[in-house]
Amino acid sequence: MKSERLFQYFLKLGGVLILMVAIGIVTTLIAGSIPTFKEFGLGFIFSSDWNPTEGRESYGALPFIIGTIVTSILALILTFPFAFSIALFLGEYFKKGRMSSILKSMIDLLAGIPSVVYGLWGFYTIKPIIVELGLNAQGFGIFTSAFVLAIMIIPYASSISAEVINMVPSNLKEAAYSLGATRFEVVKNVIIPNAGSGIFAGFILAFGRAIGETMAVTMLIGNSNNIPTNLFDLGNTMASLIANQFGEAEGLKYTSLVAMGLLLFVITGILNLIGKMVMRKFTA
Amino acid sequence: MNTTNSISNQKLKWRVFNDKLFSIVMMTLAFISAVPLLSILYQLIKKGYKQIRLNFFIEVAPDTMEAMMAKVNHEIIPGGIANGIVGTLVIVGMASLIAIPLGLITGIYLSETSKGKMANIVRFVVDMLQGIPSIVLGVIAYIWIVKPVTSGFSALAGSVALSIMMLPSIIRSTEETLKMIPPTLKEAALSLGVPYYKTVLKVLLPTGMSGISTGIILGISRIAGETAPLMLTALGSSAINLDITQPSSAIPLLVWEFYNDPNLIDLIWGASLILLLIIFLLNIVAKAISKKWKVQY
Repeated sequence: MKSERLFQYFLKLGGVLILMVAIGIVTTLIAGSIPTFKEFGLGFIFSSDWNPTEGRESYGALPFIIGTIVTSILALILTFPFAFSIALFLGEYFKKGRMSSILKSMIDLLAGIPSVVYGLWGFYTIKPIIVELGLNAQGFGIFTSAFVLAIMIIPYASSISAEVINMVPSNLKEAAYSLGATRFEVVKNVIIPNAGSGIFAGFILAFGRAIGETMAVTMLIGNSNNIPTNLFDLGNTMASLIANQFGEAEGLKYTSLVAMGLLLFVITGILNLIGKMVMRKFTA
Repeated sequence: MNTTNSISNQKLKWRVFNDKLFSIVMMTLAFISAVPLLSILYQLIKKGYKQIRLNFFIEVAPDTMEAMMAKVNHEIIPGGIANGIVGTLVIVGMASLIAIPLGLITGIYLSETSKGKMANIVRFVVDMLQGIPSIVLGVIAYIWIVKPVTSGFSALAGSVALSIMMLPSIIRSTEETLKMIPPTLKEAALSLGVPYYKTVLKVLLPTGMSGISTGIILGISRIAGETAPLMLTALGSSAINLDITQPSSAIPLLVWEFYNDPNLIDLIWGASLILLLIIFLLNIVAKAISKKWKVQY
C-alpha cells in the first residue's frame, strides 16, 4: 500500500517538473527583459528604431513584429489552397488506398525536412525564379521567405484539417447525398460548415509555426531593420533577428533580444491557445 | 413541360460539371505540393551524392584556407563532416537522456490521472511547450546553461534546448498509447495481487512499447535537424568534441557554416543530404515499429 502511494508521488513528480520547466521559461523571459521594458516601456513594442550605436542605443521591435506578421499571413494565404486540397483529399475523397498513402508519406517527408535545408532550397531554387520574374532585384525579401514558409507549414495545416474533415458524421453526408447533392455540394454545404472551425484551428496552429520559424527565413528575408513597405521589400522577423544578433549581444541589446523572445513566446502562445481551444470542441 | 425539363437538365449538367471541376482542381492542387519535395530531393541528391565518400564520414570539416587551396588547384575539397556527426550524436543523445525518462514519467502520470486539476494543468503546459518556437528555447538554454553552468557555449546547453523541444511529443504519445490499452489488462494484473508500480512497469509499459517508442523516435527526428537553438548554445566547433561542457558542432550547424563561407559552400549539399537521410531513416523506423509491433489485445 505504501509503495503504491510512493509510486503515485513519483509519477506526479514528473508532472511537477514539467510545470517547473514551463514556469522557469516564463519567469526567465520576463526577468531577462525587465531592463529593456524599464528603459523603453511599451515604446519597445511601438518604436521602429533599432539602433545599437553606443550612447544612442535605442531598440524598438515594431519593424520585426510587422515583418513577422506580414510574412506569416502571406505564407498562410499561399498555403491555404494546397493544404485545404490535401485535407479534403485525405479526409473525404480518398480516405484509404494507394493514392492517399502516397500523399500521406509525401506530407510526412515535407514535415521532416529541416528548416535549414528549406532555406538552401529557397536560396538556390526560388530566389533565382523570383529574380527571373523581375519581382525583386536581389530575390530576397518578404515574398520569397513567405513562399518557402508556405511550403513548410503545409503538413501542419493539412494534417489537422484532414482529421477534422474525417470526423464529420457520415449520416449528415449520406442525408445530403440521398437528396441528390453532388460531392462538391456536400463539401460546400455539409463538410465546410461542420468542420470549418476545426480547419480554422489547424491553420491557426500552422500560423504559430510560421511565426516561430527561424532558419529558412533568416536565409531569405534579407535582414533589413526597416518596416517593409511592400510584399517584395526586404524585411526581418523576430525569430530571425534573435538568431542573427544574439551571439554578440550585450547589455541593453541583449535584454532587448530576450524581450523579443518574450513577445514571440506570447504571440505563439496565444495562437496556440486559440487553436487548441477550438480543437478541444472536436475531440471532446 | 419540355422547356422546364431542359432547364433542369441544364442545371443538372452544370452541377455535375462543377463537381467534376472541383475534384480535378482539388487533386491537382494536392499533388502540386509534391513539386517542392521532389525539387528539394533532386537538388540535394544531384549535387550531394558526389561528396559522400568514406572520408566524408571520418574527417572533420576543412577550414576555409584548405578549401580555397583545393578550389584553386581544381581538386575536390578535402575533409568531411565527422565533427558534425559526432556532435549531433552527442547533443541529441544527451537531449534524449534528459527528455525520455521525464517524458515517460509524465506521460504515465497523465494517462493514470485522467481527471484532476493538476493533471489538466500539466496537459495545458505540455500544449504550451509544444508551441514554443525553437529559437526561444535557444535563448532559454543560453540563459540557463551557457551563462551560469558551463560559462561558455556548450553541447550541454544545446541538449537542454532540444530536450525541451522533444518532451511534448514523448509525453503525448506515451499518454495516448497507454490510454488505448484496455483497462481489463490492468485490472487483471491488479486482481492477481501484482503491486501497482509493477503493473505499470511490467504490464502497461511493455504493452504500449511500440506506440511509445514511435513517439520517442519521431521526437528525435524532430530535433535532429534543428539549427536555430544550437546557434545560440552549442555554437559549433572545428574539432570532434566529446566534452559536453565545451562548444560542439552538429550536422545542421555545419550546413549553416558552409552556407556562410564562400570557400566551403560546395559542401552544403553532401551535409544536407546526410542530414535528410538520417531524418527520413528515423521516420521510416518509427513507422515500421508502429506497424509491425502493434500489440493485439
